[in-house]
Amino acid sequence: MEPHEFPQIEQQLAPVFERHGREAHWLLQILREAQEIFHFIPSAAITCIAAHLGVPRTRVEGVAGFYSFLSLKPVGEYRVLFSDNVTDQMQGNPELMRYFCHKLWLEPGKVSEDNLLSVDSTSCTGMCDQGPAALVNGWPLTNLDHERLDLIAELIRGRKPVCDWPPMLFEVKDNIRRSGTLLGEPFASGAAIRATLARSSAATLLEMEASGLRGRGGAGFSVARKWSMCRVSPGEKHYIVCNADEGEPGTFKDRVLLNSYADLVCEGMTVGARIIGATKGFLYLRGEYCYLLHKLEQALAQRRVAGLLGRNILGETGFDFDIEIHLGAGAYICGEESALIESLEGKRGRPRNRPPFPVTHGYLDQPTVVDNVETLACAARIAAQGGEWFAAMGTAQSSGSKILSIAGDCARPGIYEYPFGVTLHEILDDCGAEDPYAVQVSGPSGILVSSKEFGRCISFEDLPTAGAFTVFKRGRDLLQIVQNFVHFFAHESCGFCTPCRVGTQLQKKIVDKIANGHGTAYDLEELKQLGHIMQTMSHCGLGHTAPNPVLDMLKKFPDAYQHKLKDLAFEPAFDLDGALETARNITGRDDAWAHLP
Amino acid sequence: MGAPAMSKTITIDGKNVPFSDGQTIMDAALAAGVYIPHLCHNPQFEPHGSCKLCVVSVNGRNMTSCTMPAAEDMVVANNTPELNSDRKALVQMLFVEGNHICPACEASGNCQLQAAAYYLDMLSPHYTHFYQPRAVDASHPEIFLDLNRCILCELCVRASREVDGKNVFGISGRGIGTRLVVNAASGRLGDTNFAATDKAAHVCPTGAILIKRQGYRIPIGQRTFDHKNISEVQMEPDHE
Ligand SMILES: Cc1cc2nc3c(=O)[nH]c(=O)nc-3n(C[C@H](O)[C@H](O)[C@H](O)COP(=O)(O)O)c2cc1C
Ligand code: SF4
Ligand code: SF4
Ligand code: FES
Ligand code: FES
Repeated sequence: MEPHEFPQIEQQLAPVFERHGREAHWLLQILREAQEIFHFIPSAAITCIAAHLGVPRTRVEGVAGFYSFLSLKPVGEYRVLFSDNVTDQMQGNPELMRYFCHKLWLEPGKVSEDNLLSVDSTSCTGMCDQGPAALVNGWPLTNLDHERLDLIAELIRGRKPVCDWPPMLFEVKDNIRRSGTLLGEPFASGAAIRATLARSSAATLLEMEASGLRGRGGAGFSVARKWSMCRVSPGEKHYIVCNADEGEPGTFKDRVLLNSYADLVCEGMTVGARIIGATKGFLYLRGEYCYLLHKLEQALAQRRVAGLLGRNILGETGFDFDIEIHLGAGAYICGEESALIESLEGKRGRPRNRPPFPVTHGYLDQPTVVDNVETLACAARIAAQGGEWFAAMGTAQSSGSKILSIAGDCARPGIYEYPFGVTLHEILDDCGAEDPYAVQVSGPSGILVSSKEFGRCISFEDLPTAGAFTVFKRGRDLLQIVQNFVHFFAHESCGFCTPCRVGTQLQKKIVDKIANGHGTAYDLEELKQLGHIMQTMSHCGLGHTAPNPVLDMLKKFPDAYQHKLKDLAFEPAFDLDGALETARNITGRDDAWAHLP
Repeated sequence: MGAPAMSKTITIDGKNVPFSDGQTIMDAALAAGVYIPHLCHNPQFEPHGSCKLCVVSVNGRNMTSCTMPAAEDMVVANNTPELNSDRKALVQMLFVEGNHICPACEASGNCQLQAAAYYLDMLSPHYTHFYQPRAVDASHPEIFLDLNRCILCELCVRASREVDGKNVFGISGRGIGTRLVVNAASGRLGDTNFAATDKAAHVCPTGAILIKRQGYRIPIGQRTFDHKNISEVQMEPDHE
């Protein structure tokens, strides 16, 4: 039978429909399961799902075409996706992927003829401290090397189900290297909820205010303000959402919080729910972390048993709250809060027009708070221990501590918690960075910092960060690093607005041109102009920040690109030799005669 | 003239512009005869906010005028050399992203993309062409769909949904792979219930949706933008 014919499709999808019902906001979850059954989303499944949910076919096709982990064309029964984050790249992932493909007689991006296997790359999987990493059918593979890939190739050839593979392949360590109050001090489940009930919601909101807690997901908005705005917004229902999308390359601290501090995070959500008056919360878990799903479900179940979730929490009549987990499916943009809400509603992850903001019109148009995992963990601590205690740590405008995910050229990659105000010098010493040359603070959308600036400190007033801290030693090719970042943005642009959809592509083409030795001074000016357009005309934060690494490099690291430039004022973007590439592929040639001199 | 003393106003390029609650900056501007360039906006449909041509500077911050509600004390800069130069760059981006062979296009002279390019003094596409392979769909007996000319404004999507009640069009893909799709398992327009009388058949700002057998009925040189500027045409009520 052709893989494109599905006479039994309705029977095959029936259990999925049974689990999720007929609400269209379950569409993404339904499609995730359809992908697992068929190894892609067949056209017939789109028709069937649309009929079941009573939505236009275009709606289903639109969602199926948006998320990287869903696919409109068949992928292998085994789908191996190598993480192409810059740290995975430095650890040798491109070579490992070639090795693996060569071994299995496969081309990246293509499916083997027996439909058994396909291999491709994917955006950062959040395992930078134990890379090189990959995903097999959604499960994380860490610490890859030739030996492990040989084993994996054997397992696939023997068609062994992924759940029966040796567990050591999937081992994920926390790697907590330095803990402070958030990670280090004991926490008794229920303590924050008890304290909140004892002192009242209004008084707890005042503690949040006194703590000075600001969002840890990047924007640094005051938690007390966000929660009070939502609390007073009229609506049939209020919602609280934990943003566990953690898509910024190089960030993996939420992974550790969810793995080992889930109770603290859920407690923060429950306190927030009490304050804003929500009965329902969502944890939006990035698809890359679906291996944590089972453990998180167990944590929720335990809390229900302990009376910390469900009806009449801790015996308080009318205090009802529960948490549901939604999985993403490979889309960085879904970390942006309004795109996240769209995704929760089973739509394409397209950032909304604002105003209105989520605090008044969020999930299903109801007042909604979206907070980062770490923010909610901090909020639980504050509810239990008071605001003043928290405000005593850190700097004037940045109270408390910050968890950093450190990776790259250092001896001890992992999780480090510091009070705000710590300098880069200190951090680099602690993680054993050898001859550091540059640090990417807060991922590709953040700031590229040169060694002259290592006296600067982590804080909202100086170097704000969502947590990524990627170290580059002297001798690293910064242009190649920036090239990796611009490819990331071009891949992750949601495609809604012109400046980002087209601008990220143009930026990628120009940086590639320079990296390939065809750039001129003219191209540098082009990059600046493009950067300006993206920063000022884009619809959301992705487009606004996509030029950051390029502009930082142009300003701070002229040595990274000057030697690559041609001495001309202008060089055409059309690459004659490059145009022969297709012919070379078809004929299988790559000898000198198949190239222009 | 003077609006009633009680009504609220914003200023656009120094001119007082009245607005009522719920109006966007674009609504207020169009009502007052102030032109803000736009491609994905058409007052007959829900605002969308994707082309970004209509971005204006409000008290020093850039905002999308077709979706941003007007509010008292907004000082709006619109017709400035900086903004118009950025808008020109956006139009150039749309040109190189698609395949717009204007001299060979039946919409030439009636095309708002082309007209916006004239309005913004665009003399060349500036950027490198993408030459993306895109499909032409002639399966419908009365209508051509040529995705080479689609700028993803979603006007047809909105018209079909909001006015025709049909949902013939939708958007799939992501990033540069974003594409218009039609409501049929075959992916062909001919297999949908689209009709030439639908509103959605008459809202495309470019030549991506064309009614068959109308070609060159109005000769080049006598078309809408051959004798009028886009800033005049888009200010007319119910322009198409
Ligand atoms: C492109 C983009 C990606 C984002 N990704 C994340 C993310 O993965 N996790 C997160 O917490 N916030 C992310 N944010 C920030 C969210 O929009 C939002 O500000 C945050 O979740 C609010 O929570 P906080 O106040 O607790 O930080 C992202 C923003 C943008 C523009
Ligand atoms: S800036 Fe980029 S990611 Fe944001 S809406 Fe525009 S296209 Fe989408
Ligand atoms: S076909 Fe025309 S109306 Fe529809 S999205 Fe494309 S450009 Fe806009
Ligand atoms: S007209 Fe406002 S964004 Fe297109
Ligand atoms: S002239 Fe044909 S698309 Fe503009």
